[in-house]
Amino acid sequence: MGEHVIKLPDVGEGVAEAELVEWHVKVGDLVREDTVLAAVMTDKATVEIPSPVDGEILWLGAEIGDTVAIGSPIVRLKVAGEGNVKAAAEAAPEAKAPVAPVETKPAPAAPKPAPKPAEPPKAAAAPKAAHPASASGAPRAEGEKPLASPAVRLRAKEAGIDLRQVPGSGPAGRIGHEDIDAFVARGPQIARATGLAQKDGVEDIKVVGLRRKIAEKMSLAKSRIPHITYVEEIDVTALEELRATLNKEKRADRPKLTLLPFLMRAMVKAIGEQPNLNALFDDDAGIIHQHEGIHIGIAAQTPNGLVVPVVKHAEARDLWNSAVEVNRLADAAKAGTASREELSGSTITITSLGAMGGVATTPVINYPEVAIVGVNKIMVRPVWDGTQFIPRKMMNLSSSFDHRVIDGWDAAVFVQRIKALLETPALIFVD
Amino acid sequence: MKEISCKLLVIGAGPGGYVCAIRAGQLGVDTVIVEAGKPGGTCLNVGCIPSKALIHAAEEFEKIAHMASGKDPLGIKVAAPTLELAKTVAWKDGIVSRLNSGVAGLLKKAKVKTVQGWATFRDGKTVEVETETGTQVIRAETVVIATGSAPVELPFLPFGGQVISSTEALALGELPKKLAVVGGGYIGLELGMAFARMGAKVTVVEALPRVLAQYDAELTRPVLKRLGELGVEVMTGAKAKGLSTKGDALLVETADGKSAKIAADKILVTVGRKPLTEGWGLEQIDLDRVGKFIRIDDQCRSSMRGIFAIGDVTGEPMLAHRAMAQGEMVAEIVAGHKRSWDKRAIPAICFTDPELVTAGLSPEEAKALAGEIKIGQFPFAANGRAMTKQGEDGFVRVVARADNHLVLGIQAVGQGVSELAAAFGLALEMGARLEDIAGTIHAHPTQGEGFQEAALKALGHALHI
Repeated sequence: MGEHVIKLPDVGEGVAEAELVEWHVKVGDLVREDTVLAAVMTDKATVEIPSPVDGEILWLGAEIGDTVAIGSPIVRLKVAGEGNVKAAAEAAPEAKAPVAPVETKPAPAAPKPAPKPAEPPKAAAAPKAAHPASASGAPRAEGEKPLASPAVRLRAKEAGIDLRQVPGSGPAGRIGHEDIDAFVARGPQIARATGLAQKDGVEDIKVVGLRRKIAEKMSLAKSRIPHITYVEEIDVTALEELRATLNKEKRADRPKLTLLPFLMRAMVKAIGEQPNLNALFDDDAGIIHQHEGIHIGIAAQTPNGLVVPVVKHAEARDLWNSAVEVNRLADAAKAGTASREELSGSTITITSLGAMGGVATTPVINYPEVAIVGVNKIMVRPVWDGTQFIPRKMMNLSSSFDHRVIDGWDAAVFVQRIKALLETPALIFVD
Repeated sequence: MKEISCKLLVIGAGPGGYVCAIRAGQLGVDTVIVEAGKPGGTCLNVGCIPSKALIHAAEEFEKIAHMASGKDPLGIKVAAPTLELAKTVAWKDGIVSRLNSGVAGLLKKAKVKTVQGWATFRDGKTVEVETETGTQVIRAETVVIATGSAPVELPFLPFGGQVISSTEALALGELPKKLAVVGGGYIGLELGMAFARMGAKVTVVEALPRVLAQYDAELTRPVLKRLGELGVEVMTGAKAKGLSTKGDALLVETADGKSAKIAADKILVTVGRKPLTEGWGLEQIDLDRVGKFIRIDDQCRSSMRGIFAIGDVTGEPMLAHRAMAQGEMVAEIVAGHKRSWDKRAIPAICFTDPELVTAGLSPEEAKALAGEIKIGQFPFAANGRAMTKQGEDGFVRVVARADNHLVLGIQAVGQGVSELAAAFGLALEMGARLEDIAGTIHAHPTQGEGFQEAALKALGHALHI
């Protein structure tokens, strides 16, 4: 028998450390070669760590959420044969040494602390006993009729008690009169509630992986950037007609157009007139990097959380090409196959909640950018045309700007320009 | 035109209607019940009660005939009996008429006003009743439709002359020598077997591959055996085609496609019953239907506010005790109580020889619902009481969930097992597990011990087998 130590491998692309996001095994598990032991996440990707050998897990070297340096031991396995720990003999006494004192230490103090640990279990049992009804009674499968005699059913009906809510303490989960007594005794606010009950538990969820990255980024953006958010409504009736026509007439090899490519084209045009919005503000250095290339990040919800794939050089893409790129990136992001390149390098961002939309949002700037454009839901609203109300397809844009470097006036000019372009979409295509 | 108003109007005084009216009356609800015929409906007048009377007479007759034949082992010697069917029918009529006045008396005692005549809806709150003394208009806050059902007629065998329904079969003046029964369901076999026991030559024509098709084959086996002993010819997969030109025979297409002629002086058509939804103005109120039946919810409310429907007109199973339970429930709802249909089982009995009882789910249904099941079956051949009453054929079968032993269904076939229906229904309604039945002392010597033994058998430790 030997011991095999698995170190965190170089997960590539020159990273020095990785965050452990998931353990697939626990101490005592028997694993085979290629069994996935853990998942680690770098800035770029999540990587699974397989076991190189068969063996039994002796030790796990990190907790979920820990950042582990490349090369650090993360798992110790008991393996048949020699293992890869050369100084097995050395390791053994080393391992024993710290254990021994721990074992011996409590011994002298044993008489006193002994009664103490005995108490907590009792205290823990007490609150449980206070809710006997919740503890007793077999759980009923959903849709299964509650089991009760006709007399019990009648009593429940007359008292307005839904027997489905009453736990049955009898054999096979049968509800008896005593169960109704207990149900009523538990108090009106709980008994009357259909499925409403006070709950006191707290679940601790460690913020790890992508969620932690998002949390850090949002804190950074909100703590550093004084946001100004500007909401304007846009009449997209003409745009929607154009979009529908283009989708109807489009070539088979072309993707279906959403509103996004139009917005991207409009932003490119508007940025042409206000290049200071397409910038990264290095606030530590006090320098605004104003980019010529327009790289539009598209905030996208994926099963794992928010990611922002980037359409590079939007200024050089026409409507169809923008659409193709947006689709490709969205698919890659959802599938989790988007590369680091594709997920970084944006100079301005669009955020949309899609069909959920909402009336207005307060988008958080994708630090260190200086502007973010938020798309709200298209809704048919009555619009006064001077003589009457007419139904128009209206959409709000909620856009945030870094007020340190963008004045409210500039922000308004930018959004008004986009509004003009989207309301008269022909202007998008005129140079 | 006279007009009266009431809180509750019940249309039809069958078992559903009269129970509803009595219960409503007990609860102080101002109730009127309308009935064109005699109180008691199909059940009391031309169904359950008279047929059981006739079946009893047939059983007694056959017993004595068996003794007279010298084949009976009891050592009783009698002369060959004769049957005066007209007298039997008169005796039966006496029972029916006693029950008629019994129901009328109960309605009166509950302060229910009875209006005799045919009711027709004018609108959802008003009906007109054609009575002997003229048209009576009744306005009611709540109406309960309990119009029941009627025998289904075959277009090529219309009722009349030799072709009779169960109603006429119960009022025959003399025993048919040869009886053809079209339809091998429970009504056809109950009556067919009764006439066979009285000495008629009976042929049963059934279109399905087996008679009593709603029961599983194992359960009906003792009945089929008895049909053979009684000399009843059973033609399955055969279709009735009509009357012969002379009218003295039934034309049949047999299972193998050949034409056959069954000589018969009476042809009893028992191919089912249909809800009575015509002739009383249903079209005036346009209630939602399920097939031919009136659609009801779990409180027997129809699609129109203030109109309830109960009994056969609302669907299967068309059984008097279902209608009674519905009627009682509706009366209590009308009186302001909180009620809804929460029954677990409606036992059903077939008074063939031997009798069949089912309550709850069949093994097949239980399997479909619960997955793993346990079945315990105990034969009456191992039951002392069954032996002493010459009723060894048959068994009790208990079906339970495998995981928690909750009893889902109980079936039995055997002489006199109809009375076991009470125990079966109670077990299911109380939510009994196998252990509950096995742990209940069942008096010895009774056939009921078979029930306990069946539960023990399902648990793997039957004592007497």
